[in-house]
Amino acid sequence: MKKGKKLSATNRTNYLTYLGVILAFAILQPMSAAGKLSPTMQGQLVPICAYVVMALSLNLTVGVLGELSLGHAGFMSVGAFSGAVAASALKDAIPNGGLRLAVAMVIGAVFAGIVGVLISVPVLRLNGDYLAIVTLAFGQIIKSVVENLYVGVDGRGLHFGFLKPLTNLGQGGRMILNGPMGIPNITKISSFVAGFVLVMVTLAVIFNLVNSRAGRAIMAIRDNRIAAESVGLNITKYKMMAFVTSAALAGAAGALFALGQNTIVASKFDFNTSILILVYVVLGGQGKMWGSIIAATFLTVLPETPAMRGLADYRMLVYAIVLILVMLATNNPALQSFFARFKKAGEDKTVKGGEQA
Amino acid sequence: MKKTLALLLAVCMMVAMLAGCANGDDPSTTTPTPDANPTDSVDNPAAGAIKIGGVGPLTGGAAIYGNAAANGAKIAAEEINALGGLQLDLRYEDDAHDAEKSVNAYNTLKGWGMQVFLGSVTSTPGVATSVEANADHMFYLTPSASSTDVLGGVANPLTGTVDIERKDNVFQMCFVDPNQGSASAQYIADQSLGSKIAVIYKNDDVYSTGVYNSFDAKAKELGLNVVSVTTFTEDTKTDFSVQLGDAKAKEADLVFLPMYYDAAALIFTQANAMGYAPKWFGIDGMDGILGVEGFDTSLAEGVMLLTPFNADAEDDATQSFVAKYKAAYGETPNQFAADAYDCVYAIYAALSNAGVTADMSASDICDALIGQFTSMTFDGLTGEGMTWDASGAVTKSPKGMVIQNGAYVGMD
Repeated sequence: MKKGKKLSATNRTNYLTYLGVILAFAILQPMSAAGKLSPTMQGQLVPICAYVVMALSLNLTVGVLGELSLGHAGFMSVGAFSGAVAASALKDAIPNGGLRLAVAMVIGAVFAGIVGVLISVPVLRLNGDYLAIVTLAFGQIIKSVVENLYVGVDGRGLHFGFLKPLTNLGQGGRMILNGPMGIPNITKISSFVAGFVLVMVTLAVIFNLVNSRAGRAIMAIRDNRIAAESVGLNITKYKMMAFVTSAALAGAAGALFALGQNTIVASKFDFNTSILILVYVVLGGQGKMWGSIIAATFLTVLPETPAMRGLADYRMLVYAIVLILVMLATNNPALQSFFARFKKAGEDKTVKGGEQA
Repeated sequence: MKKTLALLLAVCMMVAMLAGCANGDDPSTTTPTPDANPTDSVDNPAAGAIKIGGVGPLTGGAAIYGNAAANGAKIAAEEINALGGLQLDLRYEDDAHDAEKSVNAYNTLKGWGMQVFLGSVTSTPGVATSVEANADHMFYLTPSASSTDVLGGVANPLTGTVDIERKDNVFQMCFVDPNQGSASAQYIADQSLGSKIAVIYKNDDVYSTGVYNSFDAKAKELGLNVVSVTTFTEDTKTDFSVQLGDAKAKEADLVFLPMYYDAAALIFTQANAMGYAPKWFGIDGMDGILGVEGFDTSLAEGVMLLTPFNADAEDDATQSFVAKYKAAYGETPNQFAADAYDCVYAIYAALSNAGVTADMSASDICDALIGQFTSMTFDGLTGEGMTWDASGAVTKSPKGMVIQNGAYVGMD
C-alpha cells in the first residue's frame, strides 16, 4: 500500500463530524421509517436538524469570525417566512413536496442572505460589544417587520400589505401571511431526510470555507485585526463573507423549520431564540462544529424527554440548572486535564501508527 | 484522539437517549401503563380509565390561563371518578404558549396513550395541535382556543376562500372570536351605549385581533362611530398612555377592550391616573379582572362585559364548583377554568351516551364522539342548552354583565 498522506488534525475532525452525522442518520432513519421512535422523538427530528444548522451557522460568526451576534433568530425568521410563503404560493406550480421544499430553502437562504448583506453594512463597521448590540436590535426589527407584514395570493399574483391587513384580494384569493397571526396553514413538507441533507450541505459549506484562503483570512481577522489589516487583508470583505454565509444558512434552516410546523408566528423568532442558539454554540465550543451539533441536539431533546416531562412545573427550572452544571463541567480544569491525558496518549499512538504505515 | 473519543461518546449518548425515548408506546396497541406523571394526573384512576390529555401554558407569560384550565379540568375529572362508573385519567402537559412546544406536548401525550384530547388552551398553539389531532383522528374539544383557524372551514369574508379546511374532529367550548366581536357591536348599538367609540386591541394576539376584525365589520354595518383604533403588542403591554391619550383627545365616551384582563387592569389604572373616565366594554377575556392582585377593583366599576361564566352566579353547580376551586387553589375560578370543567363533563356525557370503553382506539372514540357532539345538548357552567353543529362552534348565549360594587351583576 502506498504511504498515504497523513490527514491533518483539522481534516480528521471534519471527516469524523461528517461520519458522526451520517451514523446518527443511518440509525435514526430506519427507526423513524419503521415507526420505532416515540411520537415525541419523531416530531422533533426536523426541528433538531433545523436547530443544528442554526447552531452551525452561528458558530461561523461567533467561533470562526469571532463576532458575537445576538440576532441570529432574525435570519431564521426571514428564511422561515420567505420560504413558507414561497412554498405556499408555489403549491400548484410545483406539486412535488421535496422539490418545493428545496426551492423554498433556496429562497429562504437567498432572502436571509440579502438581509444579511443589508445588515452587515452598518454592523461590520463595529466590533465586539457594539456589534452585538446592533445585531440584537436588528433581530427585533425583523420581528416587528414580519409582525406587520401581510401577504396574499390571488389570480393576479402575490399581494403585499404593511401595517394594515390586505383588502385588495380578489375572489378565490387566499391569505398566506397574516401579520401577527403568522402563517396558520402550512403544509408540512419538511422531512428528516431533507434535514439531514441540509446539515451535510451546511457542514460542507462551512468546512470548505474555513479551510480555504478566505477562511484563513477570516480567522486571521478574528485573532488579530490590526495584524491582519497590516498584511493587506480586506477586513470588510472577509467579515461580510462569513456573516452573509452564516445568514444564508440560517435562512435555509428557517425554511426547513417552518415547513415542518403547522403554524409559525413572528414572535417565535425573538431574542430568546437567538440566545438559545448562542447557548448551543457556547456549550458546544466556539469554532467546534461537532460540538454545536451535539449541543443543539442535546438541548432540543432534553426538555422533552419523559424524565423532564415528569418534573412537571419544575421542568424549565431543572433545564436551566442542567445547563449551568454542564457549562461548569465542561470548563472544569480537572475534567479538562483528564481528557487531555487521553488526548496525549491518543496522539502518541497515532504518531506511532503513522510511522508504521 | 480527544475529539475521536468525544465524538464516539456523543454518538453513544445520542443513540442511548433516542433509544430511551423510543419506548414503543404505540397508542393503538398500548396497554394501560403505569402513569409516568403522577403530579399532573388525577390520583390513581382505576385500570381501564379513559386517557384524556390536555395541553396548555402551565409555565411562562400565559401560565394563568393554562393553569386555570388544567385546574378546572382536574376538578371535573375528580368529581366524575368519585361517581364510580366510567373513569377518566387526566393529564396536562406544558407548551409555554408556543406552537412548536405544543406539538411536542401533544406527541408526548400520544406516546402516553391518550384517547381523547382536551385541546390547547391558547389559540396559536391550538392551530398547531388541531392539525396534528386531525391527522391522527383524535377527538379534540378545546376549552378556550377561540380562533376560527382552530376549527377551520370558515371562509375569509374578503375572498370567499376557505383558507383552512374544516377539521371535522375539532370542537370548541368557548365562543368563536367573530361571534364575540359582532355580538359586542350589536349590543353597543342596540343599547346606544356610546356616540364616539374607541378600540384598543392587541395586534399580535389571534384572540384580540379576531374579535376586533369582526367588531370592526359589524360596527361599519351598524354605523357605529368609531373614532380611535389603537393597538399594542406583547412587548408594549405595560404602557397605554399613547392609546388612552388618543382616545381621550378624540373624546371617545366608550372604549371597547377586546383583550384579556391583565392588560385591561393596567388600562383602567392608567386611565384613572390621567383623569379619563369613559364607559368600558370588554369581552369574555375580561372575566377575572376582579381577582387581579393589587388591582383597585373600584376602577373597574361600571365595566361592561359579555361573558359566558359568572363566578357569583347563584345556581348550585356554579356555587359548588367555585367553592371546590377556591378550596383547592385559593382563588376564584375564571372562565378558562369553567370552560375546561365543562369540556370534561361534555366529553364524559358523550362517552357515556356512546357507550365508549377504555379499550377502544382513539380513532373509534373520535368517530363516536363526533356523532354525539353534533347531536347532543349539554348544560354546563358556561351556558345551558349548548349545542354544536358540524362547524365545531358552540351555540350558547353570552351574558351581558356589569361590575357593580366589586361584583358582576347581570345586565337586563
